[in-house]
Amino acid sequence: MNLKHFYVAAFAACFIIYGCGGSSEEKSVKDETPQQPVDESPAPAATASDKGIGKFQNVELTHPLDEGMVKAGQGTYDVKCGSCHKLNEEKLVGPGWKGVTDRRTPEWIMNFVTNVDEMLEKDPKAQAMLEVCMVRMPNQNLKDDEARAVLEFMRKNDGKN
Amino acid sequence: MTKYLLTLMSLGAIVGFQSCKMKTTEAAVSGDAASKVYVAPGKYDEFYNFVSGGFSGQVSVYGLPSGRLLKVIPVFSQNPENGYGFNEETKPMLQTSHGFIPWDDEHHLALSQTNGEHDGRWLFANANNTPRVARIDLKTFKTVEVLELPNSGGNHSSPFITENSEYIVGGTRFSVPIADQEAALTQASFKANFKSTVSFIAIDPTTGRMKIDFQVVLPGMDLDLSRAGKGPSHGWFFFSTYNTEQANTLLEVNASQKDKDYIVAINWKKAQEYARAGKGKKMATEYYHNTLNEENHTATSEVEKEVLTLDPNELKDFVYLIPCPKSPHGCDVDPTGEYIIGSGKLAALIPVFAYQKITKAIADKAFEGDYYGIPVIKYEAALHGEVQKPGLGPLHTEFDGKGNAYTSFFVSSEIVKWNIKDLKVLDRVPTYYSIGHLMVPGGDTKKPYGKYVVAYNKITKDRYLPTGPELTQSAQLYSIDGDKMQLLLDYPTIGEPHYAQAIAADKIKAQSAKIYDINVNKHQYVSMGEKTTKVVRAGNRVDVYMTAIRSHLTPDNIEGIQVGDEVYFHVTNLEQDWDIPHGFAVKHAANAELLIMPGETNTLKFVPTKAGVYPFYCTDFCSALHQEMQGYMRVSPKGSSVPLKWHTGKTDSAAAVAAVR
Ligand SMILES: [Cu+2]
Repeated sequence: MNLKHFYVAAFAACFIIYGCGGSSEEKSVKDETPQQPVDESPAPAATASDKGIGKFQNVELTHPLDEGMVKAGQGTYDVKCGSCHKLNEEKLVGPGWKGVTDRRTPEWIMNFVTNVDEMLEKDPKAQAMLEVCMVRMPNQNLKDDEARAVLEFMRKNDGKN
Repeated sequence: MTKYLLTLMSLGAIVGFQSCKMKTTEAAVSGDAASKVYVAPGKYDEFYNFVSGGFSGQVSVYGLPSGRLLKVIPVFSQNPENGYGFNEETKPMLQTSHGFIPWDDEHHLALSQTNGEHDGRWLFANANNTPRVARIDLKTFKTVEVLELPNSGGNHSSPFITENSEYIVGGTRFSVPIADQEAALTQASFKANFKSTVSFIAIDPTTGRMKIDFQVVLPGMDLDLSRAGKGPSHGWFFFSTYNTEQANTLLEVNASQKDKDYIVAINWKKAQEYARAGKGKKMATEYYHNTLNEENHTATSEVEKEVLTLDPNELKDFVYLIPCPKSPHGCDVDPTGEYIIGSGKLAALIPVFAYQKITKAIADKAFEGDYYGIPVIKYEAALHGEVQKPGLGPLHTEFDGKGNAYTSFFVSSEIVKWNIKDLKVLDRVPTYYSIGHLMVPGGDTKKPYGKYVVAYNKITKDRYLPTGPELTQSAQLYSIDGDKMQLLLDYPTIGEPHYAQAIAADKIKAQSAKIYDINVNKHQYVSMGEKTTKVVRAGNRVDVYMTAIRSHLTPDNIEGIQVGDEVYFHVTNLEQDWDIPHGFAVKHAANAELLIMPGETNTLKFVPTKAGVYPFYCTDFCSALHQEMQGYMRVSPKGSSVPLKWHTGKTDSAAAVAAVR
C-alpha cells in the first residue's frame, strides 16, 4: 500500500516536472492564442521611442490650429474621453490633459489613443502610467481622423497655436 | 508501477461494466477519441453548434468538436443574466395578443440559406407553446424579431426553411378551432370545428424581416415535423402528421388506430400564385409582431390585424397527402432533393419516398381516395422503397452528402447509417440514451459538411455525476468520416435539446460585431458622454440619464427621488472596446439587472416602495476598480421637499433641477 502511494507520488511528480519543464510546449500554445486584432500596418519594434508604438511616426502639425479639428476633437472628448480625463492638471481616472502636448510627442499621443492595448503592453511610459492609474485606458476605437482631431483639441487646451 | 496500473485498469473496467446498465461506453469509445475533440485553449472550434433549449425557451451555442458552451441566447424566455425580457428595451419582444408571456418551449432551429447552403445571416427559432417564431441576428447573436402566429395551437413543425430563405413555416401541432373560437370537446365537435394551419412566413431577403404571407387551412390533425424541398423539389414543403384519426382524448391509444398517417405535401409556389392572384380569404385576427431596432437598441410591438388563408378544398391541386406508417415524426429531404424519408415513431421500417414518383403519381392521378377532399396518393406509387428492420422507433434522419442517411432510433437508443439508393443498413452505434433529433453540420442543406453526427438525448442516466432527481440532458458527438461511426464526446445541454444546426465557424466569425458604435446610438435616452447625463422629473416619472465607463457611473449620487416614483435608469455604456459590458443593479429592484454592451443604452425600471438609501453598482467585473463602481440613490417619503439633485465627483448640479411638464 505504501508502495502504491509512492508510485502515485512519483508518477505525479514526473508529470509536474514535465509540465513545468516543457517550455517549448508552453510556447507553442501561447503562439496559437489569438491576439487582439492589431492594425495591419507595420509597427516598429517595442523601444522606448518618444513616438511610442504604432503607425504614427510623423504627425504634421498645423499652424495656426485647425479650428475645425479642434471642434471635432472636443465632440469626441465629450463622448469618449471626458469621463476619465479632466482638462486641467487634476487626475480623475486618467491623468488630466493640461500639458500633455508638452509631456508627449504628437506621435506618442496618436499611437496611444489608437493602439492602446499594444502601448500598454510594451511602451514604458504607458506602463508607468498604468501603475499610477491602475485602470487600463479603455480602447475607445478612435479612427485616425478622430485621434488627430483630439490631438488638436489637446493643443488648444495647452494654449498652442 | 505496471502492476499498479494494471490493477487500476481492471478496477476501471469493473466499475464501467457495472455502472453502464444499458451498454458499456468503454466498448464504444476508442483510444484516440479525445484527440479528435481536443481544441487547445485559445484555438477555435470548427463549427458553431446552435442547440434548441426546449423548455428553457433559449438557444445555446456550442463549439464543435470541443462541445464547449460559448453562449446562451435568450429568445422566448426572460434571462436575468443580461436583463432580456426584464429591461424596458426588450420587454416588447415577449408581448403577445394574450399579454406579456415570458416563457416558451423552443424546439427547432433553422439557419438562413442561399442556394441551399447556410449563409450565416440569421437563425430562426420556434416557440411551441404560445405559437411564435423568432429571428436571431448572427452578427450580434441577439434576438431581433418575434412574430406571433394566429390560428395555431402548438407551433411544432417550425421554423423549417426553403433553399433561398423564401419562407420559414409554422405548422400547428394541436388542431384548434380557428379565429380563437370556443368549441365543445367532443369527437363530433372536434371533427367539425378543429383545423390545422400552416403559416408560410416570408423572409425579406435584405432585412430578414418576417411576414405571414398566407396560411393553408388543413383538416384537423397534428402536424409534427417538416422539411422544405430542394433542388428538383424546391417549391414544395413536406409535413409529417399524426392523429389523422382526429381523436381528442387519450391520444396514445386513440391516435394509433390507423396503420398509416400522412405526409402532407404542399406546393408552396402554387399556393403563392393563388395568394398573389387574390384567391385567398382575408381573415380578421390579431397577432403581435415585435422587432428590436439595433440602432436605438429598442424593441417595439406592432399588432397585425389580418391573415390571408388558403383552403385546399376550394383551391385545388396544391396540397396532397402521402400515406406513411405509423405516426410519423421526421419527414426529411435528402441533399439531392429527390428523396423524402418518413419516420414512423411506431413503425419497424423506414419508408423512403421519391419526389419524381410523387409528381408522376399526381400527374397520373394515382390516388387511393381523399381525406376531407384532399387527394391521397397511393403509398406504392410514391414509394422509392423501405428500409427493413432498421431499429425501433425511428424519429429523424440527416445526411452526409455522400448518399448516406443517419436515422435516430428513440426506443432502441441508436443511430443507424444506411444507404439511400439501395436502402441497406451500413452501420449502427448506441446512444446514451433515448435519442430524439440528430444533426449533421449542414445535413439539412444541399451540401452537408458530413464529418460529424450529433445525437440529442432525452436520458443521461449513468453518464455524469448525479445531481439529484433531475439529470442534465446531453448531446453526443460521433465521427462519420470513416465507414464506421465513432463516439467521440458527450456534453451536457441546457433545457431539453431538440433539433440543432451547425455552421462552419468561418461563415460567422469574421462578421461578429464587437461593439455598438456610440456615435450612431439612436436610443431615445442615450447620454452622449458624461456631460449630457442628467435626472429629469415629469410628474412621478423620473428619467435618470446615466453613463458607465471603467470605473464609475455618472451620476453616482442621486437625491430627491420619492416613494412611488417610477424611476427609469437609462444607462449608456461609453466603452468602445470589445467585450467590456457594464452591469447595473439597484438594491431591491424587482426585475433584474442590466448588462449593457459597449456603446449600448439599456433601461431598468425601479419603483421604490420605502424611503431609504439604495445602493447601485456595476455587476460585471470590468477593471481593477470594478468594486468601486457604485453609487447611491436617496429615496424620500412621498411629498418630501428634498430637491432633485445629482452629481459625480466634486461637481454638484444641485441648481440644475430639470422639470418637464
Ligand atoms: Cu463596470
